[in-house]
Formats: sequence, structure tokens, C-alpha cells
Amino acid sequence: MKLHRPANRHLLLALALLVLPFVIDALFGHGWVRIADFALLYIMLALGLNIVVGYAGLLDLGYIAFFAVGAYTYALLGSPQFGLHWPMYVVLPLGALFACFFGVLLGAPTLRLRGDYLAIVTLGFGEIIRIFMNNLNAPVNITNGPQGISSIDPLHVGTFSFAGQHELFGIGFSSVHQHYYLFLAFTLLVAFVSLRLQHSRIGRAWMAIREDEVAANAMGINTRNIKLLAFAMGATFGGISGGLFAGFQGFVSPESFSLMESIMVLCMVVLGGMGNITGVVLGGVLLVVLPEVFRHGAGPLQQALFGKIVVDPESLRMLMFGLALILVMLWRPAGLWPSTQRRRELMPDESVAQQEQDTVYDSAK
Amino acid sequence: MTQPNDMLLNLAGVCKHFGGLAALSGVSLHIKRGEIYGLIGPNGAGKTTLFNVITGLYQLDEGTFNFDGSDYACCKPHVLAQAGIARTFQNIRLFANMSALENVMVGRHLRTRSGIWGALTRNRAARVEEQAIEERAHELLRYVGIHRPSNTLAKNLSYGEQRRLEIARALATEPKLLALDEPAAGMNATETESLKELMKKIRASGITVLLIEHDVKLIMGLCDRVAVLDYGKKIAEGVPEQVRNDAAVIAAYLGTDSPRPHAGEGQGVRVSE
Ligand SMILES: Nc1ncnc2c1ncn2[C@@H]1O[C@H](COP(=O)(O)OP(=O)(O)OP(=O)(O)O)[C@@H](O)[C@H]1O
Ligand SMILES: [Mg+2]
Repeated sequence: MKLHRPANRHLLLALALLVLPFVIDALFGHGWVRIADFALLYIMLALGLNIVVGYAGLLDLGYIAFFAVGAYTYALLGSPQFGLHWPMYVVLPLGALFACFFGVLLGAPTLRLRGDYLAIVTLGFGEIIRIFMNNLNAPVNITNGPQGISSIDPLHVGTFSFAGQHELFGIGFSSVHQHYYLFLAFTLLVAFVSLRLQHSRIGRAWMAIREDEVAANAMGINTRNIKLLAFAMGATFGGISGGLFAGFQGFVSPESFSLMESIMVLCMVVLGGMGNITGVVLGGVLLVVLPEVFRHGAGPLQQALFGKIVVDPESLRMLMFGLALILVMLWRPAGLWPSTQRRRELMPDESVAQQEQDTVYDSAK
Repeated sequence: MTQPNDMLLNLAGVCKHFGGLAALSGVSLHIKRGEIYGLIGPNGAGKTTLFNVITGLYQLDEGTFNFDGSDYACCKPHVLAQAGIARTFQNIRLFANMSALENVMVGRHLRTRSGIWGALTRNRAARVEEQAIEERAHELLRYVGIHRPSNTLAKNLSYGEQRRLEIARALATEPKLLALDEPAAGMNATETESLKELMKKIRASGITVLLIEHDVKLIMGLCDRVAVLDYGKKIAEGVPEQVRNDAAVIAAYLGTDSPRPHAGEGQGVRVSE
């Protein structure tokens, strides 16, 4: 069997992804399958943000707002809050649509902004959405304010609920397993869309804007529309992820959509390798899994070493997170798994050296 | 109005101010189809500003701007690119971290149409179009004389190649008017010579060329007509020979003490005010 044949490799990867939750379950326990579910949600977010930041080069620090819009849409339309219990296949797309709408809403006034200014405005936007969610409980109670919305309907299709126990071929699937497969399907879809867009006329236009917006515009790219498209696509993915999050968690509150979350998703994109889908996925996995490892590992480890807890694991987590970021930026500035383009960008190229020689030679003639 | 008109670009009384500075004051230009039209002038004369106006990067303050029979005052750059004006930049503005091929492919953007649906499904139309884009881009790279591997990053090309890549990218938009802002700057004699041949080839293919250049020899040997800008005003226009001997032009370049006349009228040399 030839493993290097792409078809075989894909088959193997698919198989690995399918059995993964059971392996995790067997090795580390049920809780870690749940963490894998969250990892998938974050990967979706990171892939969405990658379109805005990685492809089009628009620094968005309020991206979590779209996640919030998707989550709250699901929560409001599928919970006792208004007594609405709309089915998932209506609410999820609706959440994506709203998020897309908000993406355009954010994009439109910021079209003329670049770099730092854009970052600041998007940051403000993210906060506005969160504060809205926090305060829309008076005079009319819509979001339930800081208490958030609970008892959200589980993700379900018809009578099949992803939160229930099911059995197939004698194998028991619990809630976290079923959510894993559901999220995996959505993540693959999002990755597929990203990949196809990247290598297309639209993707090229995004990258041209990232490289030089003025030149892109002068070459006939309608930069306004193409940038709005990037915002809209990114936001849509965020909205889908948000809806899934709400259904999975069964509870949403404004707390889940803080600036820290936006930064976390951005870190996944930057750390993994901006513009490269594999890199972004890797970044998402690492940034969800490693902190959990610390959360569970740091306490017992300190107990064993010093006989007591010296540093609170929670603060240690942030410390290590910061340290990891600095190290990666020092040693792998293009990210852990950069796109070939970014890699070439940040590495000296022998052709440049050759060229320099040519110039010297030319002038000597 | 579809009657064939031999004027491609008509500018009349174009003004552009930056605060108190009049970068262009009352410039009129009329460029015929199929000619190579030179635009010269001392540093800061407003040549690049004029380019920015006709490619939509700057909006003109006063005057009229007619291209190919339609009015284009205050249009966005992509509208003018669509209309058929393509340009290069004085300080090269390539998509530095995209390959040479991709740079040219971006130029095909406005003449192609596949969108999200095409990208996602890769349906027949999208595949055919994508392939055509790539083929055309390869063709244009060869046309301008870039023989490197097409996946070489733009920023890794030599200076002369980068200038030619900008031309290839501009040509990819299928322009009627190609505006080149100092394409020979920084090139050595051999490179300049091949650039000259390239410009002749482009003109022969039916594209009108508007050329800003400091290299007088190049201008004289290539252009059908030349206009001279100085302090935002057109001080002379005509065939290269006339312009070279024009008193106002000599004064502008050499800065003589003689009062700078808006005169120097010979036949064919127009003076704008
Ligand atoms: N965006 C701008 N804001 C303010 N002033 C500007 C701007 N663009 C150009 N200018 C000014 O307008 C004048 C004309 O500039 P322009 O770049 O058009 O000159 P040029 O003829 O292209 O000169 P060069 O030969 O050096 O390229 C200069 O004084 C310049 O400083
Ligand atoms: Mg200039």
C-alpha cells in the first residue's frame, strides 16, 4: 500500500478523524472528547477569521461578535426565552445570515480604514455587540442580560437529538461523540470552502488587496465589494460556529464573547500560519488543547514536585500561553505551518543572492 | 455617439489642488488613438498627479475628462480600468508576495467573471475561464520578456523585470490606453533599449501609450508627440523636435533667469493657460 498516494493519504486521514473521539475517550476520558468538540468550533472560527485576516489582510479584532450573533440567534429562536423552538435547520442558517449581515454592517463603514485603525474600529464593534447582549434586558427583556439564556434546545434534526444517547452497530454514541461528528462535518465544509476560494479568482483578488490595495483597485478590482465579501464570508462562518456553540452548550451569556476570545481566535490564525488552512487548523487545535493540558496537569504536577500549589494553574496557563506566542513569533514568524507563500516571504531566497551577483557582474562589464 | 473619433483621451482645463498647492492648473491634453504620447517635465511638475487623475486615484477639482467618448470625471480607479485605462506606478507597486504569474492573473480580474459559486463548484465555466486566465498570463509574461519560472515571487525579480511585470499586469486588463510612469527609471542602457522595443510592439498591437519619462533620448526616439508640464501647467506640446527647441521648455529645465514665458509659440506648439 502506497501511503504517499494522495488518495490513500486522504482515506487514512478520514479514518483517523472518524475513530479519533473513541481513541480520545479510551485514552484520556470523556471530558477530552468534549474538548475536541470545542476545538472544532474554534477551528471553524479560525478558518473564518483567516479569510478576513489571512487572505484579505484586514485585521479584525472584533471577530467574536459574529460568533455571538450566531449563538444568540440560535439561543433566542430555540429556547424557552420567547417560547420559540424552531428547528436547527432553520435557526442555524438564520444565524449565519444574521452574522453575514453584521459582517457587511461592520465592513461598510470601515472600508476606508487600514491596519491599526481598522483594528481599533473592529475591536470597538466587538465590544458593542457584547455590551448590547449584556444590556438588552431592559426596558424589554430580549437577551436576559448578564444572566444569559439557558435551557437552549439541543442540536437536533427531526426527532434525532445530538444530545441524546444513540446506538449504531452495537456501538454506543454519547452526546459528545455525536456533536464531534456534526462539528467535524461543518468544519470540513468550512475548510473546503476556504480552500476552494483561496485558489480562485476571488481569492486572488483578496490577496492582491492584502498586498497592495491601491494597485489592486487600479487593476480593476472593485476593492469595496471584494472586501465586503471577505467580511461577509468570515462572519458567516463565525455565525455557523456560534449557532452550533449555543446548541452544544445549552447556555449562552455575554461573558463568552469577550475581547479575549477574539484575540484567542486571532492567535490561532497567526500562530498556526496565516493564510494556510492546515496551519490555521493546527493553531486551533493547539490553542484549545494546550491550555486544557495545563489546566489539568499543572496542579498535580506542582503537588508532586513541591508538595503544594505554588502558582495558580489558571494564571500559569496565561503565562505559558504568552510565552509560547513569543517563542513562536521569534522562531517561526510566519507561524508553525505557514503557507508556502508566507514561507517564501520570510525566508531568504537563493535567487536574490544570485540576482545580486548578476547586478555586480553587470556593472563590472 | 458611436461615430469613430480619432481622439482617445481629452482633458480640458484640469485642475488639482493639494491645500494651497496647485499640482495641476488648467491642463489640457488630447491624445490620439494609436500614438505614443510623451509627458515630460521637471521633478514635481505634476506628471504623476495627472496620471493619478486619469486613473481615478485622485478626483479632479475642475475641468473635464473625456475618455473614448464618455465622461469619466470623478470615477473610481476600477471604473477607469474597466473603461480601458491601465497604468504602471513610478515606485513599483506589484503584489510583492505573489508570484509573477499571479500578478498578471490579477490583471485579468476585471475581464473575467466567475464568482463564489464558480470557485466552490469548479464547474466547467469556471475551470475553462481559470485556464484561459493562466494561459493568457503566461503569454503576457513571455510578451514582456520575463523568462523566469512563473512562480518566482514578484519581489524576487530584478528591477527591470519588475517594471516589465507591471506592464504585463497592466496589459492583462486589456487597456485602450496604457499609462507608463517612468518605466525606464533605474534601467541600464540595454534594458532601456529592450523596453523601447516593447513599447513599439505594444503600440503596434493597437494600444495607445502615454509615457512619463525623464530619459530625453528615449522620449525623442519613441514619442509621436510630447507635452511638457512645469509647475502644474502645460508649457509646450508638439512633436519631439519642436519641443526640444522650445524656449519655455529650455527655461523650465535649465532654470534661466529670463522670465518664464508662456510663449514659445511655434506652429504645433500649443500653450495652455
Ligand atoms: N497626495 C498629495 N498630497 C499633497 N501634495 C501632493 C500629493 N501628490 C502630489 N503632490 C504634490 O504635487 C506636486 C506634483 O507632484 P507629482 O508627483 O505629480 O510630480 P511629478 O511630475 O510626477 O514629479 P517626479 O518627476 O518627481 O515624479 C508635488 O509638489 C507634490 O509634492
Ligand atoms: Mg512622478
